[in-house]
Amino acid sequence: MELRVAHLYPDVMNIYGDRGNVIALRYRCEARDIRFHLGQVNIGNPFNPAEFDLVLIGGGQDREQRRIAGDLVGRGPAIREAIGHGLPALAVCGGFQLFGHRYVDHDGSIIPGIGVFDLETRHPGPVADRCIGDVVLETELGEVVGFENHGGRTYLALDQAPFGRVRRGFGNNAVDGFEGARHNNAIGTYLHGSLLPKNPRLADELILAALRRRYGPEVDLAPLDDTPERAANQNAAAIAIRRSRRATG
Amino acid sequence: MNRVRLGAAVGAGKGAGLATRLLRRGGGTALPGLVAERVHPQLVRDLGRSLGGGRVLITGTNGKTTTSRIVAEVLAGAGRPFIHNREGSNLMRGIASTLLARASLSGRIAGAATMVGLFETDEATLPPAARALAPTALAFTNLFRDQLDRYGEVDTVAALWRRALEVAPRDATLILNADDPSVAEMAQGWDGPVHWFGLDDEAFATAGGGAYDARWCGCGGDYAYERRYFAHVGWWRCTRCARKREEPQTSASAVDLGLEGASFEVAGLGRVGMPLTGLYNVYNALAAIGVCRSLGLSDEAIVAGLARVKAAFGRQEVVELEGRTLRLLLAKNPAGANQVLLLLRTIAAKDGGASLNVALLLNDRFADGRDVSWIWDVDHELIAGQVARCWLGGDRAEDLAVRVKYAGWPVPGAVAHEPARVVDAILAGTAPGDQVFVVPTYTAMLDLRAELARRGAVSGAMD
Ligand SMILES: [Zn+2]
Repeated sequence: MELRVAHLYPDVMNIYGDRGNVIALRYRCEARDIRFHLGQVNIGNPFNPAEFDLVLIGGGQDREQRRIAGDLVGRGPAIREAIGHGLPALAVCGGFQLFGHRYVDHDGSIIPGIGVFDLETRHPGPVADRCIGDVVLETELGEVVGFENHGGRTYLALDQAPFGRVRRGFGNNAVDGFEGARHNNAIGTYLHGSLLPKNPRLADELILAALRRRYGPEVDLAPLDDTPERAANQNAAAIAIRRSRRATG
Repeated sequence: MNRVRLGAAVGAGKGAGLATRLLRRGGGTALPGLVAERVHPQLVRDLGRSLGGGRVLITGTNGKTTTSRIVAEVLAGAGRPFIHNREGSNLMRGIASTLLARASLSGRIAGAATMVGLFETDEATLPPAARALAPTALAFTNLFRDQLDRYGEVDTVAALWRRALEVAPRDATLILNADDPSVAEMAQGWDGPVHWFGLDDEAFATAGGGAYDARWCGCGGDYAYERRYFAHVGWWRCTRCARKREEPQTSASAVDLGLEGASFEVAGLGRVGMPLTGLYNVYNALAAIGVCRSLGLSDEAIVAGLARVKAAFGRQEVVELEGRTLRLLLAKNPAGANQVLLLLRTIAAKDGGASLNVALLLNDRFADGRDVSWIWDVDHELIAGQVARCWLGGDRAEDLAVRVKYAGWPVPGAVAHEPARVVDAILAGTAPGDQVFVVPTYTAMLDLRAELARRGAVSGAMD
């Protein structure tokens, strides 16, 4: 078997160690003799979502996000359609924001998104604190740990499912207790960098969804020895519980 | 200004310094400055501007401590009077306490008219420091992503630096890394003198790798590279406008990196040697040479100073423990860590095979940055085939365990939070005569040093 991963704007949207998600997917495939093919999609490159099994996008600096936004919007209809047909995707931080309808800056200027998720993000202004810290989420895939660092506050539409409920940390907007978004097999989240390495079950769910979509529902993944990954997960959760805020909402 | 009030501020600050030293809390570096700043906000300005031998601010993501130390060594050897804030005190209050420590109760620094003020300056402290001290020279080593939860994005730091240049005297000299396009950007719109430094050694050109923290010129054009040394550092040009790497006045070529030190050719100085190694320290030496040249120091004094310089605390420190040689190589961010790994690869290539013993220590306390995602921007794969044994420590040792597992390192001899357990495992896994490279974050280095002091391997003093 083979997993074909499209990494959108890897040179640009990579600010918080987002490469770790690619490294984790590659490791977990190759450890099972699943061929890992990585396609890097940069501004202006051709990209057909039908040729890939999984799409990744990370976060960037403000200037960088503005720069890729125009290019991404052009790809929006194709990505939306593929995700509508079950293409797994992981959109992190700035990429998550751009997978919503729009990002509204505190001066009212708008960066358009591609509307994979029914949500929008607003920046509350330069005096508002950023949401920074360790996070623990309760998700359909169990407990997920990570680190968030974002100025924008994201608000989900009423029928938009979150990725998880915040146990420790801020989440989408520090108020409603939701974190991220989920639509079919696409996940959006603020938990950046080492999300998949420390959450091996989430990594495997993405791989499995991608392989089943391509090779059929009988596909299964051989178990791996995840002792170090689980230890990292538990240590991060313990640190978050010790020092991050309890969720509201 | 009011001498009586300044005298009172100096007195209060000195009293606090004495009290701090009596309490043996940190050698009395930061607290007196904090007190004096509160008593007299003009203190830094008045004392600092009285320094007539030149006021130098040295900043950048990596290398500012080492660069400052090299300059201090040259100044000391040349017999030039100077004051210098030491590591860990590069915020305004540290600069204040450095000035205060030399001031008399009348609010004057004896001999100030010919004294040089040498100030390592935190990136975010540069605007207030420039406003207060009216620097005669500002040196910028490099600009990389660093502890984004503390400093913010690279663009944010660059904007702070531009703000500092807006308030700096127009005739100040900028000492700039020609090979770092983000640092080079500081010359745009600067009418005063600029002293460029850079590297000219094709042997260190790589295909690139790691995270690039500068992709675009201010004009929006992409950077292209004739030669890339690491990250976004190299021989660059903008593909849209006319900006490109400037020809440096201070340039190193024919670099030779050894375990105990490095040597290189510098036009005007000949072949210079120093007991620091790694390409990053060659850049630090170049920045320091640029500063020294701007201060009018002689070539002889510069060469002699470089030969004498000692590594800053935890940066290439050598510790003997039960017959093992531990080499401490501080790494606080991806660029710094990648530089250390490149150095280890160079050393391993000389030995051949899987010869490296490596201990990585990762903490996530405030001074380290709370977010440890940055380890995924470090290319641990660089030395995967050359690591014989490894040990992982610090509050986030478990994160490192996943990182090096995915990088293809051997199974670690320890994954433990407590420094004592890591040191025990290192001793158990090595024999007398073995060498171990220890790569800690800042507070992990402090913890390790405390443990080594407990075992009598290092003195407990901060330096
Ligand atoms: Zn340009």
